[in-house]
Amino acid sequence: MSGENIFTGMVEEHESDQRWAFGTGFTDALAGVDTTLPEGVDGGALAQYCQMLGDDALVQAQRLSQWVTDAPELEEEVALANIALDLIGQARLLLARAGQADGTGRDEDAFAYRRAAAQFRNVRLAAAPRGDFARAIVTLLALSSWRLALMSRLSRSRDPVLAAIAAKAVNELAYHREYAVSWALRLGDGTEYSHERMVEAVARVWPDTGELFATHPVEARMAELGVGVDPGSLSTEVHDVLAQVLGAATLETPTALPEPVLAGRSGDHGPELAPLVHQMQEVARAHPEATW
Amino acid sequence: MVSTLTDHDRARTAAAAVTDPELPMLTLQDLGILRQVRIEQDGTVAVWITPTYSGCPALAEMRADVDRAVRAAGFEQVEVRTALSPAWSSDWITEQGRRKLAEHGISPPGQAPARPNGPVPLTLLPTRTVPCCPLCGSAETEELSRFGATSCKALHRCRSCLEPFEHVKEI
Repeated sequence: MSGENIFTGMVEEHESDQRWAFGTGFTDALAGVDTTLPEGVDGGALAQYCQMLGDDALVQAQRLSQWVTDAPELEEEVALANIALDLIGQARLLLARAGQADGTGRDEDAFAYRRAAAQFRNVRLAAAPRGDFARAIVTLLALSSWRLALMSRLSRSRDPVLAAIAAKAVNELAYHREYAVSWALRLGDGTEYSHERMVEAVARVWPDTGELFATHPVEARMAELGVGVDPGSLSTEVHDVLAQVLGAATLETPTALPEPVLAGRSGDHGPELAPLVHQMQEVARAHPEATW
Repeated sequence: MVSTLTDHDRARTAAAAVTDPELPMLTLQDLGILRQVRIEQDGTVAVWITPTYSGCPALAEMRADVDRAVRAAGFEQVEVRTALSPAWSSDWITEQGRRKLAEHGISPPGQAPARPNGPVPLTLLPTRTVPCCPLCGSAETEELSRFGATSCKALHRCRSCLEPFEHVKEI
Protein backbone atom coordinates (compact mmCIF):
# COMPACT_ATOMS: atom_id res chain seq x y z
CA MET A 1 0.00 0.00 0.00
CA SER A 2 1.25 3.46 -0.81
CA GLY A 3 2.24 5.57 2.13
CA GLU A 4 0.99 8.86 0.66
CA ASN A 5 -2.41 8.78 2.26
CA ILE A 6 -4.88 6.18 3.33
CA PHE A 7 -7.21 6.82 0.40
CA THR A 8 -4.55 6.07 -2.19
CA GLY A 9 -4.14 2.65 -0.62
CA MET A 10 -7.84 1.98 -0.79
CA VAL A 11 -8.15 2.56 -4.52
CA GLU A 12 -4.95 0.80 -5.61
CA GLU A 13 -5.32 -2.20 -7.90
CA HIS A 14 -4.70 -5.53 -6.23
CA GLU A 15 -3.93 -8.71 -8.05
CA SER A 16 -5.47 -11.42 -5.95
CA ASP A 17 -8.04 -9.74 -3.76
CA GLN A 18 -10.20 -6.71 -3.41
CA ARG A 19 -9.60 -4.28 -0.58
CA TRP A 20 -10.96 -6.02 2.43
CA ALA A 21 -13.58 -3.36 3.11
CA PHE A 22 -15.30 -4.87 0.09
CA GLY A 23 -14.47 -8.47 0.91
CA THR A 24 -11.40 -10.56 0.38
CA GLY A 25 -12.64 -12.69 -2.46
CA PHE A 26 -12.82 -15.75 -0.20
CA THR A 27 -16.44 -16.66 0.32
CA ASP A 28 -16.57 -20.43 0.73
CA ALA A 29 -16.51 -21.23 4.44
CA LEU A 30 -15.76 -24.88 3.58
CA ALA A 31 -12.98 -24.24 1.03
CA GLY A 32 -10.65 -27.22 0.88
CA VAL A 33 -12.72 -29.33 3.29
CA ASP A 34 -13.45 -32.90 2.15
CA THR A 35 -17.22 -32.72 1.67
CA THR A 36 -17.85 -36.29 0.49
CA LEU A 37 -21.24 -37.51 1.72
CA PRO A 38 -21.18 -40.38 4.21
CA GLU A 39 -22.35 -43.70 2.79
CA GLY A 40 -26.10 -44.24 2.61
CA VAL A 41 -26.94 -40.59 3.26
CA ASP A 42 -29.23 -38.71 0.92
CA GLY A 43 -27.70 -35.32 0.13
CA GLY A 44 -31.09 -33.62 -0.07
CA ALA A 45 -32.12 -34.73 3.42
CA LEU A 46 -28.71 -33.86 4.87
CA ALA A 47 -29.01 -30.40 3.31
CA GLN A 48 -32.44 -29.88 4.89
CA TYR A 49 -31.02 -30.91 8.25
CA CYS A 50 -28.04 -28.54 7.95
CA GLN A 51 -30.41 -25.77 6.93
CA MET A 52 -32.50 -26.25 10.09
CA LEU A 53 -29.49 -25.96 12.39
CA GLY A 54 -28.02 -23.16 10.30
CA ASP A 55 -31.27 -21.18 10.30
CA ASP A 56 -31.57 -21.52 14.09
CA ALA A 57 -28.16 -19.88 14.45
CA LEU A 58 -28.63 -17.24 11.74
CA VAL A 59 -32.03 -16.06 12.97
CA GLN A 60 -31.02 -16.03 16.64
CA ALA A 61 -27.89 -14.05 15.72
CA GLN A 62 -29.97 -11.47 13.88
CA ARG A 63 -32.26 -11.07 16.90
CA LEU A 64 -29.32 -10.79 19.31
CA SER A 65 -27.69 -8.14 17.11
CA GLN A 66 -30.64 -5.85 17.84
CA TRP A 67 -29.17 -5.32 21.32
CA VAL A 68 -26.21 -3.48 19.86
CA THR A 69 -26.52 0.19 20.95
CA ASP A 70 -29.48 -0.79 23.14
CA ALA A 71 -28.23 -3.05 25.97
CA PRO A 72 -28.08 -1.88 29.61
CA GLU A 73 -24.26 -1.66 29.51
CA LEU A 74 -21.68 -1.42 26.76
CA GLU A 75 -20.12 -4.69 28.01
CA GLU A 76 -23.39 -6.51 27.43
CA GLU A 77 -23.68 -5.17 23.89
CA VAL A 78 -20.21 -6.46 23.20
CA ALA A 79 -21.05 -9.82 24.77
CA LEU A 80 -24.33 -10.27 22.86
CA ALA A 81 -22.69 -9.17 19.61
CA ASN A 82 -19.89 -11.71 20.17
CA ILE A 83 -22.41 -14.47 20.82
CA ALA A 84 -24.23 -13.45 17.63
CA LEU A 85 -20.93 -13.53 15.72
CA ASP A 86 -20.16 -17.07 16.89
CA LEU A 87 -23.64 -18.13 15.77
CA ILE A 88 -23.22 -16.47 12.37
CA GLY A 89 -19.97 -18.42 12.00
CA GLN A 90 -21.79 -21.66 12.76
CA ALA A 91 -24.59 -20.69 10.36
CA ARG A 92 -22.11 -19.98 7.55
CA LEU A 93 -20.55 -23.41 7.85
CA LEU A 94 -23.89 -25.21 8.13
CA LEU A 95 -25.52 -23.34 5.23
CA ALA A 96 -22.44 -23.84 3.06
CA ARG A 97 -22.72 -27.57 3.83
CA ALA A 98 -26.42 -27.45 2.91
CA GLY A 99 -25.82 -25.83 -0.47
CA GLN A 100 -23.06 -28.28 -1.25
CA ALA A 101 -24.92 -31.41 -0.05
CA ASP A 102 -28.10 -30.78 -2.07
CA GLY A 103 -26.11 -30.29 -5.25
CA THR A 104 -27.45 -26.81 -5.94
CA GLY A 105 -24.12 -25.21 -5.08
CA ARG A 106 -25.94 -22.34 -3.36
CA ASP A 107 -23.58 -20.33 -1.21
CA GLU A 108 -24.23 -18.91 2.24
CA ASP A 109 -25.47 -15.60 0.78
CA ALA A 110 -28.10 -17.40 -1.30
CA PHE A 111 -29.48 -18.90 1.90
CA ALA A 112 -29.22 -15.78 4.05
CA TYR A 113 -30.24 -13.10 1.60
CA ARG A 114 -32.23 -14.72 -1.18
CA ARG A 115 -34.91 -16.69 0.63
CA ALA A 116 -38.33 -15.57 1.80
CA ALA A 117 -39.13 -15.85 5.51
CA ALA A 118 -41.46 -18.79 4.81
CA GLN A 119 -38.49 -20.79 3.51
CA PHE A 120 -36.59 -20.57 6.80
CA ARG A 121 -36.66 -23.66 9.01
CA ASN A 122 -35.54 -22.27 12.37
CA VAL A 123 -37.40 -23.10 15.58
CA ARG A 124 -39.74 -20.27 16.54
CA LEU A 125 -37.88 -19.46 19.74
CA ALA A 126 -34.87 -18.28 17.70
CA ALA A 127 -37.00 -15.45 16.28
CA ALA A 128 -38.93 -14.70 19.49
CA PRO A 129 -39.51 -10.99 20.15
CA ARG A 130 -36.60 -9.23 21.78
CA GLY A 131 -38.53 -8.14 24.85
CA ASP A 132 -36.65 -6.76 27.84
CA PHE A 133 -33.17 -7.82 28.96
CA ALA A 134 -34.63 -10.46 31.33
CA ARG A 135 -36.49 -12.06 28.46
CA ALA A 136 -33.39 -11.96 26.27
CA ILE A 137 -31.43 -13.75 29.02
CA VAL A 138 -34.06 -16.46 29.56
CA THR A 139 -34.33 -17.01 25.79
CA LEU A 140 -30.56 -17.23 25.50
CA LEU A 141 -30.40 -19.60 28.48
CA ALA A 142 -32.94 -21.94 26.86
CA LEU A 143 -31.46 -21.79 23.37
CA SER A 144 -27.80 -22.08 24.41
CA SER A 145 -28.47 -24.97 26.83
CA TRP A 146 -30.40 -26.79 24.11
CA ARG A 147 -27.93 -26.09 21.31
CA LEU A 148 -24.99 -27.05 23.53
CA ALA A 149 -26.59 -30.41 24.32
CA LEU A 150 -27.40 -30.91 20.64
CA MET A 151 -23.96 -29.97 19.30
CA SER A 152 -22.26 -32.03 21.99
CA ARG A 153 -23.99 -35.14 20.58
CA LEU A 154 -23.62 -34.02 16.99
CA SER A 155 -19.84 -33.87 17.45
CA ARG A 156 -19.99 -37.68 17.19
CA SER A 157 -21.92 -37.56 13.88
CA ARG A 158 -21.07 -40.05 11.16
CA ASP A 159 -20.69 -37.05 8.83
CA PRO A 160 -17.18 -35.76 9.52
CA VAL A 161 -18.09 -32.23 8.34
CA LEU A 162 -21.03 -31.95 10.73
CA ALA A 163 -18.97 -33.53 13.51
CA ALA A 164 -16.21 -30.94 13.05
CA ILE A 165 -18.62 -27.99 12.90
CA ALA A 166 -20.36 -29.26 16.04
CA ALA A 167 -17.14 -29.88 18.00
CA LYS A 168 -16.13 -26.29 17.38
CA ALA A 169 -19.59 -25.00 18.26
CA VAL A 170 -19.54 -26.81 21.62
CA ASN A 171 -16.60 -24.73 22.85
CA GLU A 172 -18.37 -21.51 21.83
CA LEU A 173 -21.78 -22.49 23.20
CA ALA A 174 -20.26 -23.35 26.58
CA TYR A 175 -19.33 -19.65 26.84
CA HIS A 176 -22.81 -18.56 25.70
CA ARG A 177 -24.50 -20.70 28.33
CA GLU A 178 -22.12 -19.45 31.03
CA TYR A 179 -23.01 -15.89 30.11
CA ALA A 180 -26.77 -16.57 30.26
CA VAL A 181 -26.37 -18.45 33.55
CA SER A 182 -24.40 -15.63 35.18
CA TRP A 183 -27.11 -13.09 34.29
CA ALA A 184 -29.97 -15.43 35.25
CA LEU A 185 -28.42 -15.79 38.72
CA ARG A 186 -27.75 -12.08 39.08
CA LEU A 187 -31.23 -11.00 38.00
CA GLY A 188 -33.23 -13.85 39.53
CA ASP A 189 -31.47 -13.64 42.88
CA GLY A 190 -31.04 -9.86 42.65
CA THR A 191 -33.51 -7.18 43.70
CA GLU A 192 -37.23 -7.74 44.15
CA TYR A 193 -37.81 -5.88 40.88
CA SER A 194 -35.26 -7.82 38.83
CA HIS A 195 -36.69 -11.04 40.29
CA GLU A 196 -40.18 -10.03 39.19
CA ARG A 197 -39.02 -9.28 35.66
CA MET A 198 -37.32 -12.69 35.52
CA VAL A 199 -40.49 -14.45 36.71
CA GLU A 200 -42.37 -12.75 33.87
CA ALA A 201 -39.65 -13.66 31.39
CA VAL A 202 -39.69 -17.35 32.34
CA ALA A 203 -43.50 -17.40 32.01
CA ARG A 204 -43.29 -15.85 28.54
CA VAL A 205 -40.42 -17.93 27.16
CA TRP A 206 -41.38 -21.32 28.60
CA PRO A 207 -44.27 -22.21 26.20
CA ASP A 208 -42.00 -21.62 23.19
CA THR A 209 -39.41 -24.13 24.44
CA GLY A 210 -41.71 -27.02 23.51
CA GLU A 211 -40.64 -27.01 19.87
CA LEU A 212 -36.99 -27.48 20.86
CA PHE A 213 -37.84 -31.10 21.70
CA ALA A 214 -40.21 -31.82 18.80
CA THR A 215 -38.76 -34.15 16.19
CA HIS A 216 -39.17 -33.27 12.52
CA PRO A 217 -39.16 -36.25 10.11
CA VAL A 218 -35.85 -35.02 8.65
CA GLU A 219 -34.29 -34.94 12.12
CA ALA A 220 -35.65 -38.41 12.85
CA ARG A 221 -34.19 -39.73 9.59
CA MET A 222 -30.79 -38.14 10.20
CA ALA A 223 -30.70 -39.48 13.76
CA GLU A 224 -31.53 -42.97 12.48
CA LEU A 225 -28.56 -42.80 10.12
CA GLY A 226 -26.19 -41.71 12.89
CA VAL A 227 -25.74 -38.35 11.16
CA GLY A 228 -28.07 -36.11 13.18
CA VAL A 229 -29.53 -35.81 16.65
CA ASP A 230 -33.17 -36.48 17.61
CA PRO A 231 -34.06 -33.35 19.60
CA GLY A 232 -36.67 -35.34 21.53
CA SER A 233 -33.80 -37.22 23.17
CA LEU A 234 -32.40 -33.97 24.63
CA SER A 235 -35.39 -33.11 26.79
CA THR A 236 -34.28 -34.66 30.11
CA GLU A 237 -30.74 -33.33 29.89
CA VAL A 238 -31.78 -29.78 28.98
CA HIS A 239 -34.63 -29.58 31.48
CA ASP A 240 -32.27 -30.75 34.19
CA VAL A 241 -29.86 -27.91 33.33
CA LEU A 242 -32.67 -25.33 33.23
CA ALA A 243 -34.09 -26.53 36.56
CA GLN A 244 -30.67 -26.26 38.21
CA VAL A 245 -30.10 -22.74 36.93
CA LEU A 246 -33.59 -21.48 37.74
CA GLY A 247 -33.40 -23.07 41.20
CA ALA A 248 -30.08 -21.38 41.96
CA ALA A 249 -31.58 -18.12 40.68
CA THR A 250 -34.49 -18.53 43.20
CA LEU A 251 -36.93 -18.84 40.31
CA GLU A 252 -39.57 -21.53 40.03
CA THR A 253 -39.26 -24.01 37.22
CA PRO A 254 -42.67 -24.50 35.57
CA THR A 255 -43.80 -28.01 36.39
CA ALA A 256 -45.56 -28.76 33.12
CA LEU A 257 -43.35 -29.39 30.12
CA PRO A 258 -44.75 -27.56 27.09
CA GLU A 259 -46.06 -29.69 24.25
CA PRO A 260 -43.34 -30.58 21.75
CA VAL A 261 -45.11 -29.23 18.67
CA LEU A 262 -43.37 -28.48 15.39
CA ALA A 263 -43.86 -24.92 14.18
CA GLY A 264 -40.94 -22.98 12.66
CA ARG A 265 -39.21 -26.26 11.76
CA SER A 266 -42.06 -26.98 9.35
CA GLY A 267 -42.16 -23.41 8.04
CA ASP A 268 -45.02 -22.36 10.34
CA HIS A 269 -43.53 -19.17 11.72
CA GLY A 270 -45.01 -16.52 13.98
CA PRO A 271 -45.45 -12.93 12.83
CA GLU A 272 -41.96 -12.06 14.19
CA LEU A 273 -39.87 -13.77 11.55
CA ALA A 274 -40.77 -11.83 8.39
CA PRO A 275 -39.74 -8.36 9.71
CA LEU A 276 -36.56 -9.86 11.16
CA VAL A 277 -35.60 -11.48 7.85
CA HIS A 278 -36.52 -8.28 6.02
CA GLN A 279 -34.12 -6.33 8.25
CA MET A 280 -31.34 -8.86 7.65
CA GLN A 281 -31.79 -8.79 3.86
CA GLU A 282 -32.48 -5.10 3.34
CA VAL A 283 -28.98 -3.99 2.33
CA ALA A 284 -28.26 -7.10 0.25
CA ARG A 285 -31.51 -6.65 -1.68
CA ALA A 286 -30.92 -2.94 -2.24
CA HIS A 287 -27.45 -3.65 -3.69
CA PRO A 288 -27.75 -7.01 -5.45
CA GLU A 289 -24.56 -6.46 -7.48
CA ALA A 290 -22.34 -5.68 -4.51
CA THR A 291 -19.65 -8.06 -3.31
CA TRP A 292 -18.97 -8.18 0.38
CA MET B 1 13.60 -33.71 -6.70
CA VAL B 2 16.19 -32.21 -4.41
CA SER B 3 14.64 -28.79 -4.39
CA THR B 4 11.23 -30.00 -3.10
CA LEU B 5 12.19 -29.82 0.54
CA THR B 6 13.62 -26.36 0.07
CA ASP B 7 10.51 -25.21 -1.77
CA HIS B 8 8.37 -26.60 0.98
CA ASP B 9 10.44 -24.80 3.61
CA ARG B 10 10.22 -21.54 1.70
CA ALA B 11 6.46 -21.83 1.28
CA ARG B 12 5.98 -22.77 4.91
CA THR B 13 8.18 -19.92 6.15
CA ALA B 14 6.23 -17.43 4.03
CA ALA B 15 2.85 -18.69 5.30
CA ALA B 16 4.02 -18.95 8.91
CA ALA B 17 5.20 -15.33 8.98
CA VAL B 18 1.77 -13.89 8.07
CA THR B 19 0.37 -11.93 10.99
CA ASP B 20 -3.10 -11.82 12.48
CA PRO B 21 -4.86 -8.58 11.44
CA GLU B 22 -6.41 -8.22 14.91
CA LEU B 23 -3.33 -9.25 16.90
CA PRO B 24 -0.54 -8.01 14.61
CA MET B 25 2.19 -8.98 17.08
CA LEU B 26 1.33 -12.65 16.45
CA THR B 27 2.09 -14.74 13.40
CA LEU B 28 -0.13 -17.60 12.25
CA GLN B 29 2.61 -19.89 13.56
CA ASP B 30 2.47 -18.23 17.02
CA LEU B 31 -1.33 -18.60 17.07
CA GLY B 32 -1.22 -22.25 16.13
CA ILE B 33 -3.67 -21.81 13.28
CA LEU B 34 -1.28 -22.83 10.49
CA ARG B 35 -2.00 -26.56 10.31
CA GLN B 36 -0.14 -27.85 7.26
CA VAL B 37 1.74 -26.79 4.15
CA ARG B 38 2.12 -29.23 1.27
CA ILE B 39 3.36 -28.96 -2.29
CA GLU B 40 1.11 -30.96 -4.58
CA GLN B 41 2.34 -32.94 -7.62
CA ASP B 42 1.39 -30.13 -9.98
CA GLY B 43 3.35 -27.60 -7.93
CA THR B 44 0.36 -26.03 -6.18
CA VAL B 45 1.19 -24.92 -2.68
CA ALA B 46 -1.65 -26.06 -0.40
CA VAL B 47 -1.87 -24.30 2.95
CA TRP B 48 -4.33 -25.42 5.65
CA ILE B 49 -5.38 -22.96 8.30
CA THR B 50 -8.00 -23.37 11.00
CA PRO B 51 -10.39 -20.73 12.37
CA THR B 52 -10.01 -19.75 16.03
CA TYR B 53 -13.77 -19.13 16.41
CA SER B 54 -16.42 -20.16 13.84
CA GLY B 55 -17.31 -16.53 13.18
CA CYS B 56 -13.83 -14.99 13.32
CA PRO B 57 -13.97 -12.28 10.63
CA ALA B 58 -10.18 -12.09 10.53
CA LEU B 59 -10.01 -15.50 8.87
CA ALA B 60 -10.87 -14.24 5.37
CA GLU B 61 -8.22 -11.56 5.68
CA MET B 62 -5.65 -14.11 6.86
CA ARG B 63 -6.46 -16.34 3.91
CA ALA B 64 -5.89 -13.45 1.52
CA ASP B 65 -2.63 -12.58 3.30
CA VAL B 66 -1.36 -16.17 3.15
CA ASP B 67 -2.19 -16.34 -0.53
CA ARG B 68 -0.34 -13.11 -1.17
CA ALA B 69 2.69 -14.04 0.99
CA VAL B 70 3.19 -17.45 -0.63
CA ARG B 71 2.90 -15.94 -4.13
CA ALA B 72 5.42 -13.28 -3.15
CA ALA B 73 7.79 -16.10 -2.16
CA GLY B 74 7.78 -17.18 -5.81
CA PHE B 75 4.97 -19.72 -6.07
CA GLU B 76 2.39 -19.29 -8.81
CA GLN B 77 -0.34 -21.64 -7.69
CA VAL B 78 -1.54 -21.31 -4.13
CA GLU B 79 -4.62 -22.78 -2.44
CA VAL B 80 -5.57 -21.81 1.08
CA ARG B 81 -7.78 -24.52 2.57
CA THR B 82 -9.78 -24.72 5.78
CA ALA B 83 -8.95 -27.36 8.39
CA LEU B 84 -12.07 -27.77 10.55
CA SER B 85 -10.97 -30.63 12.73
CA PRO B 86 -9.63 -30.77 15.38
CA ALA B 87 -11.13 -27.49 16.62
CA TRP B 88 -8.58 -24.80 17.46
CA SER B 89 -7.60 -24.54 21.11
CA SER B 90 -5.93 -21.62 22.86
CA ASP B 91 -3.46 -24.26 24.13
CA TRP B 92 -1.98 -24.17 20.62
CA ILE B 93 -0.63 -20.64 21.07
CA THR B 94 3.13 -21.12 21.25
CA GLU B 95 5.39 -20.03 24.12
CA GLN B 96 6.74 -17.30 21.87
CA GLY B 97 3.17 -16.20 21.10
CA ARG B 98 2.33 -16.02 24.82
CA ARG B 99 5.43 -13.97 25.51
CA LYS B 100 4.60 -11.52 22.70
CA LEU B 101 1.01 -11.13 23.95
CA ALA B 102 2.22 -10.31 27.48
CA GLU B 103 4.79 -7.85 26.10
CA HIS B 104 1.94 -6.04 24.34
CA GLY B 105 -0.19 -5.81 27.46
CA ILE B 106 -2.52 -8.69 26.58
CA SER B 107 -2.79 -11.46 29.13
CA PRO B 108 -2.13 -14.88 27.55
CA PRO B 109 -4.64 -17.71 28.10
CA GLY B 110 -4.37 -20.27 30.88
CA GLN B 111 -5.01 -23.92 30.19
CA ALA B 112 -8.13 -24.65 28.14
CA PRO B 113 -10.96 -26.47 29.93
CA ALA B 114 -11.05 -30.23 29.47
CA ARG B 115 -13.32 -31.32 26.64
CA PRO B 116 -15.70 -33.93 27.96
CA ASN B 117 -16.82 -36.78 25.77
CA GLY B 118 -20.41 -36.39 26.97
CA PRO B 119 -22.47 -33.36 28.03
CA VAL B 120 -20.61 -30.22 29.06
CA PRO B 121 -21.10 -30.02 32.86
CA LEU B 122 -23.04 -27.04 34.16
CA THR B 123 -21.18 -24.76 36.55
CA LEU B 124 -23.00 -22.14 38.55
CA LEU B 125 -19.88 -20.47 39.93
CA PRO B 126 -17.13 -18.64 38.04
CA THR B 127 -14.57 -21.27 37.10
CA ARG B 128 -12.40 -19.61 34.50
CA THR B 129 -8.87 -18.72 35.55
CA VAL B 130 -8.08 -15.35 37.09
CA PRO B 131 -5.22 -13.90 35.02
CA CYS B 132 -2.41 -11.76 36.43
CA CYS B 133 -2.22 -8.16 35.23
CA PRO B 134 0.13 -8.08 32.21
CA LEU B 135 1.10 -4.50 33.08
CA CYS B 136 2.01 -4.66 36.78
CA GLY B 137 1.92 -8.40 37.48
CA SER B 138 -0.66 -8.18 40.25
CA ALA B 139 -2.93 -11.19 40.80
CA GLU B 140 -5.70 -8.85 42.03
CA THR B 141 -7.71 -8.63 38.83
CA GLU B 142 -11.39 -8.84 37.97
CA GLU B 143 -13.36 -9.76 34.89
CA LEU B 144 -15.34 -6.89 33.39
CA SER B 145 -16.78 -8.91 30.54
CA ARG B 146 -16.18 -12.39 29.29
CA PHE B 147 -16.49 -11.02 25.78
CA GLY B 148 -14.16 -8.36 24.41
CA ALA B 149 -13.31 -6.45 21.26
CA THR B 150 -12.66 -9.69 19.34
CA SER B 151 -14.08 -13.20 19.70
CA CYS B 152 -10.92 -14.51 21.31
CA LYS B 153 -10.54 -11.95 24.10
CA ALA B 154 -12.23 -11.07 27.40
CA LEU B 155 -12.04 -7.73 29.18
CA HIS B 156 -10.42 -7.49 32.63
CA ARG B 157 -9.29 -4.81 35.05
CA CYS B 158 -6.41 -4.77 37.50
CA ARG B 159 -7.43 -3.82 41.02
CA SER B 160 -3.84 -2.85 41.91
CA CYS B 161 -2.80 -0.55 39.06
CA LEU B 162 -6.46 0.06 38.00
CA GLU B 163 -5.63 -0.40 34.32
CA PRO B 164 -8.03 -2.35 32.10
CA PHE B 165 -6.47 -5.10 30.00
CA GLU B 166 -7.48 -7.80 27.53
CA HIS B 167 -7.16 -11.51 28.19
CA VAL B 168 -7.09 -14.20 25.52
CA LYS B 169 -9.86 -16.62 26.50
CA GLU B 170 -9.27 -20.27 27.22
CA ILE B 171 -11.05 -22.40 24.65
